[in-house]
Amino acid sequence: MNRVWIAMAIVGAGLSAVPMLGLPLFYESFCYLVFHWVVLATSWNILSGYSGYFSFGHGAFFGAGMYTTATLASRFDVPFLWTLPAAALVAIVLAVALGAVVFRVKGVRGELFALVTLAFTFVVGTIILNTRIDGGPGVYLSAVPLPKIGPSPASTFYLLGLFAALATVAIAYAIYRSRLGVGLFAIHDDEDVAEVLGVPTFRCKMLAFAASCGLAAVAGGIHAMFVSYVTAGDTFSITVPLTVVLMSVLGGTRHWAGPAVGATIVTALLYAFTASDHAIAGKAVFGAVLIAVILFMPRGVLGTFVARVRRSRTAALPARATVAAKAEAPRERRAVASERLLVARGIRKSFRGVCALQGVDLEVREGEILGLVGPNGSGKSTFVNLVSGHYRADGGELIFAGADIAKLDAHRIARAGVARTYQIPRPFAHFNVIDNVAIPAMFGAARLRRGAAVAEAWRWLEFTGLADKAQWLPGDLNLHQRKFLELARALASGPKLLLLDEVLSGLTPGEIDGAIRLIRTIRDEGATIVFVEHVMKAVWALTDRVVVLDHGQVIAEGAAGDVMARSAVVTAFLGKAHARA
Amino acid sequence: MGLPSFSLLAQSVLSGVFLGALYGLLGLGLSLSWGLLRQINLAHFALAFLAAYLCYQLSAAGRIDPLLTLALIVPAFFALGVAMQWVFARFEITPFNSLLVTFGLTVIIEALIQSIWTADFRRLESGYGDAKFKLGFLYVPAPELLTLVLALALSFAIWAALRHTDVGKALRAAAEDGPIATAFGVNRQALALMLSGVCTALAGVAGVCIALSYTLAPAQMYGWIGVVFAAVMMGGLGRPLGPLFAGIVIGVSEAVTMTLTSPSWAPLVSFSLLILVLLVRPRKA
Repeated sequence: MNRVWIAMAIVGAGLSAVPMLGLPLFYESFCYLVFHWVVLATSWNILSGYSGYFSFGHGAFFGAGMYTTATLASRFDVPFLWTLPAAALVAIVLAVALGAVVFRVKGVRGELFALVTLAFTFVVGTIILNTRIDGGPGVYLSAVPLPKIGPSPASTFYLLGLFAALATVAIAYAIYRSRLGVGLFAIHDDEDVAEVLGVPTFRCKMLAFAASCGLAAVAGGIHAMFVSYVTAGDTFSITVPLTVVLMSVLGGTRHWAGPAVGATIVTALLYAFTASDHAIAGKAVFGAVLIAVILFMPRGVLGTFVARVRRSRTAALPARATVAAKAEAPRERRAVASERLLVARGIRKSFRGVCALQGVDLEVREGEILGLVGPNGSGKSTFVNLVSGHYRADGGELIFAGADIAKLDAHRIARAGVARTYQIPRPFAHFNVIDNVAIPAMFGAARLRRGAAVAEAWRWLEFTGLADKAQWLPGDLNLHQRKFLELARALASGPKLLLLDEVLSGLTPGEIDGAIRLIRTIRDEGATIVFVEHVMKAVWALTDRVVVLDHGQVIAEGAAGDVMARSAVVTAFLGKAHARA
Repeated sequence: MGLPSFSLLAQSVLSGVFLGALYGLLGLGLSLSWGLLRQINLAHFALAFLAAYLCYQLSAAGRIDPLLTLALIVPAFFALGVAMQWVFARFEITPFNSLLVTFGLTVIIEALIQSIWTADFRRLESGYGDAKFKLGFLYVPAPELLTLVLALALSFAIWAALRHTDVGKALRAAAEDGPIATAFGVNRQALALMLSGVCTALAGVAGVCIALSYTLAPAQMYGWIGVVFAAVMMGGLGRPLGPLFAGIVIGVSEAVTMTLTSPSWAPLVSFSLLILVLLVRPRKA
């Protein structure tokens, strides 16, 4: 068991002993409020902090929980504790329904997601207000019996709040460390790339959203009992989402404990400032504190603190390159087999009327390096984007290892064994180099566990010569290193087919020679490579066969030396000779 | 429930148009700063209410015509906007952090208003307040007509300025690709200061319109946020005519819902509309 779990157990045990102390009621009620906001902020952070999908709809799910408990307990005499799982269930059903629609629309990210969820809150609120669930005057719970968990009602709420808060923080921590958590953070940095590397983005978001909303509903159920009078106007307002966002950002959204820290600070501040005689001045001070924290600690209290500790720690440690597993000795160079790994038939793709590919037929044989060449705009990158699932083809078939992948989601294609590099490197900006490479090892064809994935990542960092940069952030690398990071990332997934999209562009001649050697070694290890390139020296040196594209059509195919001499190809690259010598 | 008469329906459509004009006027500054400066300015609402209270104070205590207060409020708010942008630029604030900072600002302004004018309702008494005239069978209240005229004039003026002047073109270029625009000689910092000033001045104008037509209370500033955001998003970020048209669509749909069913159903229409627009609109933002 790791230290965090032990610490959590100790803190939990210590806090649950507090009601025995017989403190004044006020302290227990205050602590209940802190726990209440810890649950709301931490649950919000599971989707919104980890994946960057800022939801302003947390109030809708909190409110759904409140009204589920209020309705079941006051009208159907369901025992209070049994209403809590029901509240969670109702919120999860709502979240899944909303997520199933919203997460499928690619454009709804960032602010738009915030807005959709905010609007959803008002829609749910209006429906509840106008139907029999509320009907206008609000719902009273004063007649509902409260189970005796602690010595007094206040301590019962204290303990309920404490258990909910502990459970929420534990779930947030477990997700933070899990495969799901890694997927969510990858989505935060670059969702399209995450999907192409094998992260099932839709499922990750749905799971996180469901967990987030279910927990918020439990907090709502308890709170309904605490306030004992529920109104739609107070519940479905902008206050809940704003406070929750505020707390999480203040504490730090990239850390599992950040929202809990933020919730404690904000609740205490709000109480200290508004309960005193100078409530209005207190409000202004609260606003000023908020502004100061955001301006001077944009990463949040905990985020800033953790970054500082980590910096002093990494400075103390020597480079960890020696820990790395040795790269395996290259296997025997395999002969190009005649089996076809990828067959494209009649592949078409157009962008708003611009026809990028018009019926491309080509095949990639197992173990070969196929060069894909052509002038700018000929459709090479579009082809790579279609095979990797970044775009979906308008028509045609893509048979990879015997199965049609043309209609599959990108992460399924990645798992089937296709990996790619991006022409302009797109690393995950908040992950360091080693974790960038470990992600495809976890989610791609190899599907390794986290530890194994990191070991595999070390192997490819050694291979590409980036091992001494393992702890760096991608932003600190130069172009050459970022290109090699792309390569390492594609290799770490253990692909059968490797799509290299202009890995050499922008490199110096010396760097190109090194890269050519590297690619040859990769092929010798048994990978099949589609090599999109403008650097003809490399095409000549590496490819077994080339296919020439022009205006989205295949115009020639064969060995490099042979094909490049054909007049159609020369015309495509250099234009027609109008003047005769 | 019988169908309401034609004249009642027409009157409600008209009041929807007027309400929508105010949504549009409030949304105009919000949309410009969101679309062109990448800042989500929650404080826009608080600033509008601050202007409304100033207008109330100047005309109640200072005996100044409410419309003349614009001459004072507009330059003062322009300066305020410039100062705000200076701070934002200094700290290189991200869009989401701008939301939080301006929320903090909202809380401060709300506290300020509460401490000066208390949380009680305030109503501006002026010659315009109850003035209305009859157009055919429709009643047209003067302050709301004024709001509509102002909203139309300002939206079209800004639309024309963005489209046809050099400054407008530079602004749009800087919003599309800042570094490239800078490389072509656009002074982004100065433009951003100016734009933020204009947006805040627009909040001031909207505030005067609010003071003319509505009873004021500090907490009411939160009531406008949802609907105006809806109008801004539906209209398209950074597009000056968008909030006005979207605002009028929302206002009319709300008013008609209120007439046909009950006032409490009104938010359902506008927000369902917003969700639909966000989900089905073409991908480009």
